[in-house]
Amino acid sequence: MAEKKSLGGHDKKFLMGLLSSMHRIRAFEEKAGQMYGLRKIGGFCHLYSGQEAVAVGVISALDLSTDYVLTGYRDHGHALACGMDPKAAMAELYGKAAGCSKGKGGSMHFFDAGMHMLGGNGIVGAQIPVAAGVAFAQAYRGRLAGKGSESSPSGATVCFFGDGAIHQGAFHEAFNLAGIWKLPLVLVVENNQWGMGTSWKKVSSNEDFSAMAGAYEAHGEFVDGMDVLAVYDAASRAIKRAKAEGAPALLEARTYRYKGHSMSDPQKYRTREEVEAYRARDPILHLEGRMEEAGLLSAEEKEALRSKAEALAEEAVAFAEASPEPEASELYTDVYAG
Amino acid sequence: MAVMTYREALNRALDEELARDDRVFLMGEEVGEYDGAYKVSKGLLAKYGPNRILDTPITELGFTGLGVGAAMAGLRPVVEWMTHNFALLALDQVVNEAAKMRYMSGGQFSVPIVFRGPNGPAEFLASQHSQALESYWTHVPGLKVVAPATPADAYGLLKSAIRDDDPVVMMEAEMLYGLKGEVPDGEFLVPIGKAELRRPGADLTLITYSKPLWTVLEAAGELARQGFEAEVLDLRTLRPLDEEAIYASVRKTNRCVVVTESWPQASVASYVAYLVSRNCFDRLDAPVELVSGEDVPMPYNHALELAAQPNVPKIVAAARRALYAEE
Repeated sequence: MAEKKSLGGHDKKFLMGLLSSMHRIRAFEEKAGQMYGLRKIGGFCHLYSGQEAVAVGVISALDLSTDYVLTGYRDHGHALACGMDPKAAMAELYGKAAGCSKGKGGSMHFFDAGMHMLGGNGIVGAQIPVAAGVAFAQAYRGRLAGKGSESSPSGATVCFFGDGAIHQGAFHEAFNLAGIWKLPLVLVVENNQWGMGTSWKKVSSNEDFSAMAGAYEAHGEFVDGMDVLAVYDAASRAIKRAKAEGAPALLEARTYRYKGHSMSDPQKYRTREEVEAYRARDPILHLEGRMEEAGLLSAEEKEALRSKAEALAEEAVAFAEASPEPEASELYTDVYAG
Repeated sequence: MAVMTYREALNRALDEELARDDRVFLMGEEVGEYDGAYKVSKGLLAKYGPNRILDTPITELGFTGLGVGAAMAGLRPVVEWMTHNFALLALDQVVNEAAKMRYMSGGQFSVPIVFRGPNGPAEFLASQHSQALESYWTHVPGLKVVAPATPADAYGLLKSAIRDDDPVVMMEAEMLYGLKGEVPDGEFLVPIGKAELRRPGADLTLITYSKPLWTVLEAAGELARQGFEAEVLDLRTLRPLDEEAIYASVRKTNRCVVVTESWPQASVASYVAYLVSRNCFDRLDAPVELVSGEDVPMPYNHALELAAQPNVPKIVAAARRALYAEE
């Protein structure tokens, strides 16, 4: 009868999916960090550890056959949550031909057209107007289908960005455009509280990011970004509205990154105590604890999920190691069509 | 053969492409209710409605980026910038998004979009509204850049640009919108990447594009009166460059002057001059000459602003230097 149990209205299968997805990201990032330390991976590498509940919670609320995802440079978690094979992701970090962007994008530019994962963008906030354009295309197709300007869009677009990006003009320009043209755009600001080494409070005249939605007469909501179910529920509401009303929304997910901004960050701007306080509220441990309390997760199942995720990360490394480098001729391909 | 203005030719191209493909839409400041700041989009809102002809707020970065996303999702946006001066606010979206999306996604995404608007010196507009910025775009791999000088090319290149699967930046010339010229009846395309020989000549090659073509042709007439037959090559497309056409002409005449209204440093024209020097070295009888806009911001005073731009005496003088016939 255990299968009948639920948590917050969600059944065990769904919850196990969330947990599995968060584990997969955590294990992948731990492995990516190790391989970076071994100099198998170069350049900028921004790890997502600590923020898993945001990508997993939001993306689980999407239908990726019609919805789209765009994000910034801390994109590994979003790509994996969309369903990207960890092998293709790790091979990209290695710069290999079998990488998700053929070794031409690297850590900051994960793309998967089939899974509607539209990048991986390295300029802070620049993906927000682009995401508005994807939402525009969804609305445009609905309107041209002959149902007038108020017809339902064909899906929604979710755009992730950080607390550093919300002050860019790109955010405000895109939000305004999405408002006047009624675009099904869900903006998710992952407030991990540190824009590189600068506290978000130091650079934000209004610390309530979700209130910024009011400036554009849009729906705004704050959610605990360490709680995957809360994120899922809030995202579901915003996405449903976006599709039904063709209206943008802003979701602030307060979260925390465990690692430095990138691999080269000594993290002198924050205390060990602050990091430990958030680790105590770890999104994976949090969901595991709640599922255990509800009798939805056994010790064996818990261990199995963890070791499965670690095995996938190991396999991803083995695959990336064994994959060939891109052909020299690849230098000149993909600049133009044909 | 109809005679129409450059503006009307652009309008006809937009109209035909909007009718041909419902993925095509036009957005920009004043393109709808106002019929276009320069009337290029006249009548299109009435014909195609507000879902396809969209007036934007004054947010060049925002609506340019929105166009990029719409193109990634399968539409074919035409983004009108009221002028290229204002497009500098959108530089990031063109350079870092539109131009690089195909490459950094490993070929997964195309950005079939056209960015267009007036460029180049006008009259009495001073530094911020009177400058030639084509070199900014032409610098960037992943972009194509066209710069038509005639109504027929404006029509044919815009149609090609809209059908192209890559981002195309179109440099229209503010001072040419009222220019009349013959445009063949019926639909035709001008291929991107093909230069056009505007005047045959055996003594030297004058290479240019966009509005200065007309000054260059006038200078060629003056040179003819002085006994020199200049060949005039109109590049029409700045990226990809029609290098074959350039070399074919210079290898015939052995002398070359490149004329641009843009600044001299790091410009399209200085790169063309380098290419000619590098690839026609054995055939050149004189150093390649460059006639550019003066290396200063554009002044307001009319006499000064004219002095800042290429003119017939400057071009003739450069040609005579290349001919070793300085007066």
